[in-house]
Amino acid sequence: MSTGKKIKAIKFGILSPEDIRRISVTTIITSDTYDEDGMPIEGGLMDRRLGILEPGQRCPICGNFMSECPGHFGHLELARPVVHVGFIKIIHNLLRAVCRSCGRLLINPRSMKRYLKLLKKLEENWPVLAERLNVHILKKAMKTMTCPHCGERQYKIRLEKPTTFYEERKEGIVRLTPIEVRSRLEKIPDEDVKLVGIDPDHSRPEWMILTVLPVPPIAVRPSILLESGVRAEDDLTHKLVDIVRINERLKENIEAGAPQLIIEDLWELLQYHVTTYFDNEVPGIPPAKHRSGRPLRTLAQRLKGKEGRFRGHLSGKRVDFSARTVISPDPNLSINEVGVPLDIAKILTIPERVAPWNIEELRRYVVNGPEKWPGANYIVRPDGRRVDLRFVKDRKALAETLAPGFVVERHLKDGDIVLFNRQPSLHRMSIMAHAVKVLPGRTFRLNLTVCPPYNADFDGDEMNLHVPQTEEARAEARILMLVQNQILSPRYGGPIIGGLQDYISGAYLLTSKATLLEKRLASDLLATAKYDDALPEPVILSPKVYWTGKQLISLFLPPKLNYSLKANICQKCAVCVKEQCPHDAFVVIRRGRLLAGVFDKKSIGAQVPESVLHRIIKDFGTDAARIFIDNTFRMFTCFLEYRGFTMTLDDVEVPAEATMRIREILEDAYDRVAKLIDAYKKGELEPIPGRTLEETLEMRIMEVLAEARDSAGEVAAEYLYKFNNAYIMARAGARGNILNLTQMAATLGQQSVRGQRITRGYKDRTLPHFKPGDLSAAARGFVERSFKDGLNPIEMFFHAAGGREGLVDTAVRTSQSGYMQRRLINALQDIRVEYDGTVRLTTGDIVQFAYGEDGVDPAKSDHGKPVNIDKVIERVLGHKAVI
Amino acid sequence: MPKYLSLEEKSAIIEKYANILPLSIIEELKEKISKIEITMEDLERILQEVIREYWSSLVEPGEPVGTVAAQSIGEPSTQMTLRTFHYAGVREFNVTLGLPRLIEIVDARRTPSTPMMTVYLDEEHRHDKDKAISIARKIEMTTIENVTKSVDVDLFTSSIIIELDSEMLEDKGIEVDKILRNILKMKRVKNAKIDEDSPYIIRVEFEEDVELGELQRLRDKILASKIKGIKGVRRVIVQKRRDEYVLVTDGSNLAAVMKIKGVDYTRTVSNNIHEIEEVLGIEAARMAIINEIQQVLEDQGLDVDIRHVMLVADIMTRTGSIKQIGRHGVSGEKESVLARAAFEVTIRHLLEAAAKGEIDYLRGITENVIVGQVIPLGTGMVDLYMRIGRRGEK
Repeated sequence: MSTGKKIKAIKFGILSPEDIRRISVTTIITSDTYDEDGMPIEGGLMDRRLGILEPGQRCPICGNFMSECPGHFGHLELARPVVHVGFIKIIHNLLRAVCRSCGRLLINPRSMKRYLKLLKKLEENWPVLAERLNVHILKKAMKTMTCPHCGERQYKIRLEKPTTFYEERKEGIVRLTPIEVRSRLEKIPDEDVKLVGIDPDHSRPEWMILTVLPVPPIAVRPSILLESGVRAEDDLTHKLVDIVRINERLKENIEAGAPQLIIEDLWELLQYHVTTYFDNEVPGIPPAKHRSGRPLRTLAQRLKGKEGRFRGHLSGKRVDFSARTVISPDPNLSINEVGVPLDIAKILTIPERVAPWNIEELRRYVVNGPEKWPGANYIVRPDGRRVDLRFVKDRKALAETLAPGFVVERHLKDGDIVLFNRQPSLHRMSIMAHAVKVLPGRTFRLNLTVCPPYNADFDGDEMNLHVPQTEEARAEARILMLVQNQILSPRYGGPIIGGLQDYISGAYLLTSKATLLEKRLASDLLATAKYDDALPEPVILSPKVYWTGKQLISLFLPPKLNYSLKANICQKCAVCVKEQCPHDAFVVIRRGRLLAGVFDKKSIGAQVPESVLHRIIKDFGTDAARIFIDNTFRMFTCFLEYRGFTMTLDDVEVPAEATMRIREILEDAYDRVAKLIDAYKKGELEPIPGRTLEETLEMRIMEVLAEARDSAGEVAAEYLYKFNNAYIMARAGARGNILNLTQMAATLGQQSVRGQRITRGYKDRTLPHFKPGDLSAAARGFVERSFKDGLNPIEMFFHAAGGREGLVDTAVRTSQSGYMQRRLINALQDIRVEYDGTVRLTTGDIVQFAYGEDGVDPAKSDHGKPVNIDKVIERVLGHKAVI
Repeated sequence: MPKYLSLEEKSAIIEKYANILPLSIIEELKEKISKIEITMEDLERILQEVIREYWSSLVEPGEPVGTVAAQSIGEPSTQMTLRTFHYAGVREFNVTLGLPRLIEIVDARRTPSTPMMTVYLDEEHRHDKDKAISIARKIEMTTIENVTKSVDVDLFTSSIIIELDSEMLEDKGIEVDKILRNILKMKRVKNAKIDEDSPYIIRVEFEEDVELGELQRLRDKILASKIKGIKGVRRVIVQKRRDEYVLVTDGSNLAAVMKIKGVDYTRTVSNNIHEIEEVLGIEAARMAIINEIQQVLEDQGLDVDIRHVMLVADIMTRTGSIKQIGRHGVSGEKESVLARAAFEVTIRHLLEAAAKGEIDYLRGITENVIVGQVIPLGTGMVDLYMRIGRRGEK
């Protein structure tokens, strides 16, 4: 960026033999690599001119040290030409499209002229169409069997995979040697080459037949020194040795005038080695193997695939200034912060330029050195020389030499901006900027509310941290990527950050009508939330002074906030009485005061649009939202700590009466299932149209059992105490749902695999405990007991079968959706919004005239809507508008 | 007493802003304002405020909307189900839903794994169940096999005896004569006649030289031959949706169904996107992609903004034909060699580029990442233009 040099374009082409010789620094003449002393042999594959091996040596060609010298190409004169496997298809097409005698394209001269003109026009404006024309011309030429230029009859040319051509002449099938192929390709005039879409200036067809082989620099194929002191050569070097050796033998044999047969065999072998050198996975030939039997990783294998050069090194690069460790929660941090272990803070550095206003501070860091935090690890002098503070004896003296223009690479300290990431990085909220907070310990600490965007939990998850090194990067991170600026997800225009689990339970309990707080507790709560004003008037004065939770929350709501919504605990009554809700499920906030209703998932939950939290962000900004989450949420958990919050076995205990009723329901269901089976066996079952009798039976049974489970659950729910902690969590939306509770209290219900009752296992039965053909509920995976009762071994087995399917499903799903997302990203990544508001590809092609038809950014929208008109009306008219 | 505006006045004032605000806002404004008493000044103030908010919610130039769309659809797809489920209310057949369906849509497969149509009926037929059924009968493809009770091959006389199911015939409204005529039209059939014993037994005779193996094949061919209905529509189910009857079909053939009298072809849809493109054109196909993706997301209870879905549909259809999201479509037709090579089939793209002498102008994202340059998106899209030396001239 700062060098000012920019690559404008990259031209692709094929190296001509002359090119190859020109870029070569030496020709390879021997297959030997080292002499007895272990020194590279001149003219061998490890020739020093191809690049130097050890640091400290100077390159004999460019005079650079190892770190600067990229190495240099050599070349190998092939005794006989061979074809390049990668171009085999193009060569084949050309051979078929071109006259065997005069070398012209098999298109009559008049059409040729026309095509040439048309092609020129198309190439300028519609490159895609030009390509189509090329294909059309090629196809047409390949069909022509008499040359329109010289009248020569053409023959069919067959490609025997992978690299041999045969011409089916009338006198018989003749093999075309690469020499013949090359001479035919040479004859094609440039004009004709252009017509089939090949650029004759940079890739003449005959160059696809190799007469000279470029030998890549040693930097491309470094040998590694094993512990035993033995040199292990790279796969490419091995392959090149093979090529050189065979080439030598071929040359000797030709010179010695060996029989044609031997020469052809060797030629064939040379072709094999060159082929596998380019691509060791060509179908039809055995891959070249290493001595150990492992297939060699040659050029094509190096490039392709996930770990290949492109995806592994060019599209994704490794970076410095990063750290990774286990994460753990810290509710006392701000959502914008990340707790960084001291040990990490002493390794990661930020380059800070010395200036008059920071020189004293930086001197202190230098004196502290690399061991003591906050210190510094390096100093960069104005002349570019780096000083490693680990090896400086007198750091005090060095610190005195600091002057403006020096750069000190100082330790990470509180307030520095860093990027924090958890894989898989599925959306942009997977990498957000946090402010550093250096803490003791060995884990990264983060606020719990940022778990949803990272999809993180603390069962051993690890996360990565990156330190931006330039001012531009830090500014962008701070402004665009800071957590508080990512609260609103662009996916649905709502908050992705918000309360979860205990925050919701706490908020619910704190705001519920039953909660009255005495002075001590109210003060404690407010103090944890960093409230530093006077206590409000208590709502109850006698016999003792009490505050309500709603009152406390109101202290933190923006004074202008007006909003109402239905809480998660809403019973969905037929007629909603709104403010008079008997369950306190209708939340009303007027002028920043919570007048009615409880705070639960719908008000403060993460990933819940149109919540109170959402309104605060939209109407009062992200700063207000951050402060609200940082402070108020702490109050919720603090209240939980005071009150105590747990779940016990008793929470899912139901009285004997309920157990009886559940039994009855289940017995009844079994009866009905038995009747269905009976009807089926007698052939009296009425099939559902389009289904077989068996399918019908299964569907009917499953309906009956599902219904039984539901009504058993309802019975259990009826008897469960509504204000036990488990129930509270389910209703407030903190964790779990009523179904989970009934599975614990009443019955687990039908276990299923592939949406069916469990059928597999033994022949005609699931387990040897049942008779073959038993279709009853129990024999097909209906679990009658509840988690609290405990499952019997058979039931436990069925439950495990269902559970296993879930695990398999998740595994399959992640790979499938991962690939789909990769494709989506790849297809859509070049799209951006231009300054004129149109949506275009980076090439300039228009995709949409206005983004999303109205030009609205979903992240800035109000749950998809550009403007919340109700809010605007309310704001302009005040309460006049509320009808 | 303030002067309140009449309904027409309100409309007229709001209408003035039709070229500034999008239609959806104008409509919503009209509806909401119509319900309140309001003065001219207040209305103007509301409108100004709405415009201000609308402007502040516009996308910023440089926004990588493509990547955001891809992430917004890709990220929640990890939470989708894999299996096929019973379609809402129709337990008669399975429909692909969830992740497999989504992949099918972005893959732009020729035919979906479970082709379906929702056929709406015109005013005359939509309120009456019997009339709806009569149309369903016309649409549903019925083969001879569907109305056959049993088939026998008489090896001695080289003939086939088909016993028809009288109930099915009645249910489908087919006469024996019609079947007879159809069979007679078939190749190699010499004669077919109704048996003397029963009016529902047909005896089919063939030309002399029919061999045993061929007899079997002919039998299958006769059984599979269509008597009535539309090719490809395997089953039709009449469903009540709100206040009308709707036909849901297993199998799809939009062009043929739209021609049937009594079908409301303006609303009838198929889930086969290629078919919609052929019959109704590329804009309809775009809309179909949007609807289908939205349907999948909605079924799974995932909240994704429609703008992301639209962008996917637009990139798939922008050239006038449906392009797959992947190497045989959008990604494979990229201008940049490096971008194509970095996606899939690396080697082929590189070698082809070499032969063609292609030039990569490094305009896209991947290319610039590969060569280590700033990507042309967001803050990387900004250029500084400065005329050097101008200051001195003045």
